[in-house]
Amino acid sequence: MSQPPLLEIRDLVIEASAGKRTAPGSGKALIDGINLTLKRGEVLGLIGESGAGKSTLGLGAMGFTRDGCRFAGGSVTFDGTELTSARPAVRRGLRSTRIAYVAQSAAASFNPAYKLIRQYAEFPVLAQGRSRREVEADAVTTYRQMKLPNPEEIGFRYPHQVSGGQLQRAMTAMAMACRPDLIIFDEPTTALDVTTQIEVLGAIRDAVRDFGTAALYITHDLAVVSQMADRIMVLRHGKLVEEAATETMLADPQEEYTRSLWAVRAFEAPAKPVPAEDVQPLVSLRKVTASYGRIGPDVLRAVSFDLHAGRTLAVVGESGSGKTTAARCAMGLLPRSGGDVLLDGVSLPPDYRKRSKAQLQQVQIIYQMADTALNPKQKIGDIIARPLKFYTGLRGRKLTARVRELMTAIDLDPDVYYHRRPGELSGGQKQRIGIARALAAEPRVVICDEVTSALDQLVAEGILRLLARLQQELGISYLFITHDIATVRAIADDVVVMQHGQVVEAGPKAQVLDNPQQDYTKSLLASVPEMDAGWLDRVLTERVAAR
Amino acid sequence: MSAVLNMILQRVFLGLLTLLVVSALVFVSVEFLPGDVAEQILGQSATPETLAALREQLGLNTPPVQRYLAWLGGILQGDFGRSVINQREITAILADRLGNTLFLAAMATLIAVPLAVGLGILAALKRNTWIDRWINIGTLTAISFPEFFVAYGLIYVFSAKLGWLPSISVVGSDTALSDRLVLTLLPALTLTLIVTAHMMRMTRASLINLLALPYVEMARLKGAAQRRVVVVHALPNAVAPIVNVIALNIAYMIAGVVIVEVVFVYPGLGQLLVDSVSKRDVTVVQAACLIFASAFILFNLVADVISILSNPRLLHRSTK
Repeated sequence: MSQPPLLEIRDLVIEASAGKRTAPGSGKALIDGINLTLKRGEVLGLIGESGAGKSTLGLGAMGFTRDGCRFAGGSVTFDGTELTSARPAVRRGLRSTRIAYVAQSAAASFNPAYKLIRQYAEFPVLAQGRSRREVEADAVTTYRQMKLPNPEEIGFRYPHQVSGGQLQRAMTAMAMACRPDLIIFDEPTTALDVTTQIEVLGAIRDAVRDFGTAALYITHDLAVVSQMADRIMVLRHGKLVEEAATETMLADPQEEYTRSLWAVRAFEAPAKPVPAEDVQPLVSLRKVTASYGRIGPDVLRAVSFDLHAGRTLAVVGESGSGKTTAARCAMGLLPRSGGDVLLDGVSLPPDYRKRSKAQLQQVQIIYQMADTALNPKQKIGDIIARPLKFYTGLRGRKLTARVRELMTAIDLDPDVYYHRRPGELSGGQKQRIGIARALAAEPRVVICDEVTSALDQLVAEGILRLLARLQQELGISYLFITHDIATVRAIADDVVVMQHGQVVEAGPKAQVLDNPQQDYTKSLLASVPEMDAGWLDRVLTERVAAR
Repeated sequence: MSAVLNMILQRVFLGLLTLLVVSALVFVSVEFLPGDVAEQILGQSATPETLAALREQLGLNTPPVQRYLAWLGGILQGDFGRSVINQREITAILADRLGNTLFLAAMATLIAVPLAVGLGILAALKRNTWIDRWINIGTLTAISFPEFFVAYGLIYVFSAKLGWLPSISVVGSDTALSDRLVLTLLPALTLTLIVTAHMMRMTRASLINLLALPYVEMARLKGAAQRRVVVVHALPNAVAPIVNVIALNIAYMIAGVVIVEVVFVYPGLGQLLVDSVSKRDVTVVQAACLIFASAFILFNLVADVISILSNPRLLHRSTK
């Protein structure tokens, strides 16, 4: 006879409720009839794009719904206890001790007021009645297991004193504190740099294996989930698309939607002829240094690179590498403290306030967060019209016509969207507005600062295709800031790799990505998860061997 | 740690500097009044000879800066000078009155702060329900009425109709503590009604912000019950904003009690100030103003220090 499953979800419906007194079934379903079975010690990967209901399902598996949501049907049975109808005290009693949760942002999910070890010990002491001293000794063991540096000492720090990757491991350690049967991992490495991500993935997987813990591993990254999970479920709009063992799912996805998720990485902008040696670059950074505040440390140290007309230069690096700062210096948003920025061979003043209107017009920017970069009170038409009026002086009917032209260029129907406001648009549409606003000035250079990072893969691909098409039509140049190697492969002609405020390596895309010369570039490229179940083992083994 | 000590010392220094500026302002504003102290003391009976003699006696012929420094020097040694009207030592007059005012403020604080913070927590937890709405309506209504109206309203109900509490609060240095508590209750309740809304709203707003944060959700997901979520996980992070608004209100209860004290004929600093203004007893007015200013500066200073000490980011610098 087979063992009963640890977690069994049947026909689960979770909906956003319009109000407490409305009838079940009247709200919008976030989870719509999901079935899920998890055996002891098994790791199930949940993947899907944002809004697919992954987190809602993960929390639902703990018998928890966020404010404004509620269970509207079906059941969640954890080890014989039905959670959706259980008393709150019963549900609370299972948490930490039997089911634990690891959140996406460890930095935001640790209480800033307490030391890590106190937060680790909270529920082992409270719910299991163990002595604080015993639990603290235990914590050191778990920290060591999670491969945290200084396991004896790190628990006595406050969250703000510990780096992001370490915090994420400390949070996993905290989830393990009561040795639960099930841990929900909700995008635990999404906020981390790729080189940090590897360490955390390795530590999580080993710990889950060592303790025989079952896990729901939620992520939007296929490559990551294929390292962690025994089985994968693909979700979309709160419904199951497809479910299969990891190997099968990778080798032979059945559904169109699943295949489209796989295919995203296939896009590549058409290659361009390499410019001759003696052609003057359009934008040139020459030994630029910069710091925040007069006495701050230099965040850029003698950074030099060239962007040629009609080409795309990708500036790649992890957080804190100085890639965005370099872009801000080129824009003049952060005045450089040394070196030079040339446009067409002419030096630009460090501060944008000292630049002429013509100089400003030639360099425009698109921001990462389209949400915050667009004024929510303004209509789309007005948002695009503003730089047109400022730079080109168009007025009246001509202005409206040009706005409509730009909206058509970014594939947004002006008849539909002209009078809408940003709040009524999707993330991808908002980013298109950002592009139109930058193009309105008729610039020669557009700085794209992580423009696809906040978007789902399919949507991001649409944006990349649009940018590539506009480049072909208009001959503009892109300075493309990103941390994502797949994006670089898709859009770049030339690549600059940055670390600690310096350029590590630079050259044409094929040379830097396929034949890297510097150790850092190699490790950065090797850290990018691959859609191959053996990738994590291989990279971790190589790392150990390299030491 | 030394960085925190530095910050605190800096705050103390700034507080003292503010106090110095305020003392100068208080002194100068009296200087600008038409006529001088000698004219006011002598009033109608002034003749050029008596005025000159009195000015000589009071030292009014020395330059203002010198008099200011002498005044300040005296205060630093606990000597506020003498009343122009009855020649009594101001320090002695103030001592009793200040004690009474502080007693009233302390009593109002003890009622108002737990009440306001408690209501704020309740309103935050039950936000957008009828409990939240009634708490808001109640406290905001209380603060919307003028102080004297609230005071007379309470007198009408508790003294005139119910007869439970006295309508005037004359206490002396020989009043027993139990009598004093009863006598001070109505003015303390009036102050409570006036200050609760601020503190309640701030507690509610800070807590609602905090309850939406990931680490509070994390506490729930770790299995913490409501009480633990609020008391252990949320409130310690709300100390800074709440303490700041509490400090402002305590300072207000010391410096802003003028009307309440007058209504209840309570012998505190506020009433002294009103009396002294009407008698043109400028030296006493100066002293009272300085004490009110000190109360504001002191309580804000304390709030600043508590805010600094409650922030682990400041207390425990990064060792990364």
